[in-house]
Amino acid sequence: MPRLVSHPDEVRIVSRRFGMGAEKIDRYLELGGYQAVKKCLAQGPDWIIEEMKASNLRGRGGAGFSAGMKWSFVPKQSGKPKYILVNGDESEPGTCKDHLIFLHDPHSVIEGTVIAGLAVGAKTGFIYLRGEYRYLLEIMERAVADAYDRGFLGKNIFGSGAEFEIITQTGAGAYEVGEESALMESLEGKRGVPRIKPPFPAVVGLYGGPTVINNAETIATVPHVITMGAAAYAAVGTPRNGGTRLFGLSGHVEKPGVYELPMGYNLKKMIYEVGGGVRGGRKLKAVVPGGSSTPVLLPEEIENLGMDFDQVGKAGSMLGSGGVVVIDDQTCIVEFALRTISFYAHESCGWCIPCREGTDWLKKSLIRFHAGFGATSDIDNMQYLAENMLGRTFCPLGDAAAMPTIAFVKKFRKEFEDHLNGKPCPFAKEGVPQLTVV
Amino acid sequence: MSEINGKPKSQSIFSPELAARFDALVQKYPARRSALVPMLLYAQDEVGSLTDAVVAEVAQRIGITELEVRNVATYYSMLRFKPAGKFNIQVCTNISCMLRGAYEVYERFQEELGVGPKGVTSDGLFSIEEVECIGACCWAPAVQVNYDFHDDLTPDQVPELLDRYRKGVRK
Repeated sequence: MPRLVSHPDEVRIVSRRFGMGAEKIDRYLELGGYQAVKKCLAQGPDWIIEEMKASNLRGRGGAGFSAGMKWSFVPKQSGKPKYILVNGDESEPGTCKDHLIFLHDPHSVIEGTVIAGLAVGAKTGFIYLRGEYRYLLEIMERAVADAYDRGFLGKNIFGSGAEFEIITQTGAGAYEVGEESALMESLEGKRGVPRIKPPFPAVVGLYGGPTVINNAETIATVPHVITMGAAAYAAVGTPRNGGTRLFGLSGHVEKPGVYELPMGYNLKKMIYEVGGGVRGGRKLKAVVPGGSSTPVLLPEEIENLGMDFDQVGKAGSMLGSGGVVVIDDQTCIVEFALRTISFYAHESCGWCIPCREGTDWLKKSLIRFHAGFGATSDIDNMQYLAENMLGRTFCPLGDAAAMPTIAFVKKFRKEFEDHLNGKPCPFAKEGVPQLTVV
Repeated sequence: MSEINGKPKSQSIFSPELAARFDALVQKYPARRSALVPMLLYAQDEVGSLTDAVVAEVAQRIGITELEVRNVATYYSMLRFKPAGKFNIQVCTNISCMLRGAYEVYERFQEELGVGPKGVTSDGLFSIEEVECIGACCWAPAVQVNYDFHDDLTPDQVPELLDRYRKGVRK
């Protein structure tokens, strides 16, 4: 069972029921569950969408798009059925927040899905969990069955006459399926390759019908927005960045864990106070602020950095999925870059050539480089190659591989140079295999 | 569904429970094919790998060709065509786990089992592989044995963990 953590600076909204037995429907009801959806049934779709817009809740999967705006793009009239699709394919390295939501508060995901359905006029929602999350899928399936038994799902939800069905789905191992169009392909029983946009899923999505795709954390937040009221929720965060986020602190930090902090929380404080500082009293070398695809930041770049989408963007990186990976001064950045890019090379679906070939080429260059066989020109080539992957693929996986690579090379050029001319990796530890091939 | 493309259901290679589950699964979605990925994973859980017979029956149940089934199955990293050990040990070595000693844990598993990457022990009990992020970054290093997570592992905990599986205790 994953360890739960706490810190006085936390503002518990999405995580308020963690560890309280809320996976059981009666406990969820005791803790105020399924009140938000009743309010939404009374208020109607336009009110829900206005509340969502006013809350400044932005997508927690990584892109940070306004959830209310996304919902408002769904056409009111549609010849084909509309769908809600909850993205629980959580696979971005550094990210394990949805894991806790499914484990501790599955009904919040169900309630949020129903509310999204009411808002856009969908009658069916899918909750897709990555294949590795089998024990969490079983918890979700139990929760869905309980919600049906109580009449919270089905042909006549809460006796309102409205209909809503939820179908759970398992993946079978694929990072790429976390991308929204690849997710739809996978759910349709195909290889998880991306679709070209436009048309956007809100217009032509699953089975050709208008589809809202939201991250599991976004959906689990929805009932809280409704219960608190949009203004109160927005006030917790910073301008244009409403509420809180589940930040996952991992890597070389004393107290790793998932902490719920207000949007805009200072990153340095997050590492040193919430996370207890760098492990073993070592020095901070770098931090990946929002999952492995986000460009690495140096200690001097985080001094006054508030963790919201706009501030992290201005600092040249991204808030991404909220996975903060702390790296100490004993870590080889070339090795870290190699492990990062090996992941993207493994997960590239192969659909777009710049990504398929680019990630493989970067990986091979980094393997050679880390082993001490690189050339000075390789450093510039890696950057040039990565820059030419940007924006040249159907989905953002190409960018996800290229962006961190560019940052590693630019910010740690000296360390790359230290690996040149057959020199052994300066950080190689005795008795530990040097990372060469993954 | 009393028969699958002319074959009586009793000829299913799956257990009656799984066959019944599949009968329901294909009806669950707006399109039958949406059952494909879950069906392959659940079939693998029971049979051990995606054998020719599994592929053939899944293709029949969905109503697509075996080639289409293989085309999809080869995409997903959890799906396999060769059996793994009874307990498949999947060591995450991605960044958050790597920083907290995943490679040392991975090495120790290989030493204790006497097999290398993707190897299966001669008794068929264990297999080991390095996997990408399994969504347990804040509890790193983490491994999955089949579907069970084990968090905050150190190399020295490896022998005891293996013993628990040998004795048939899951957690």
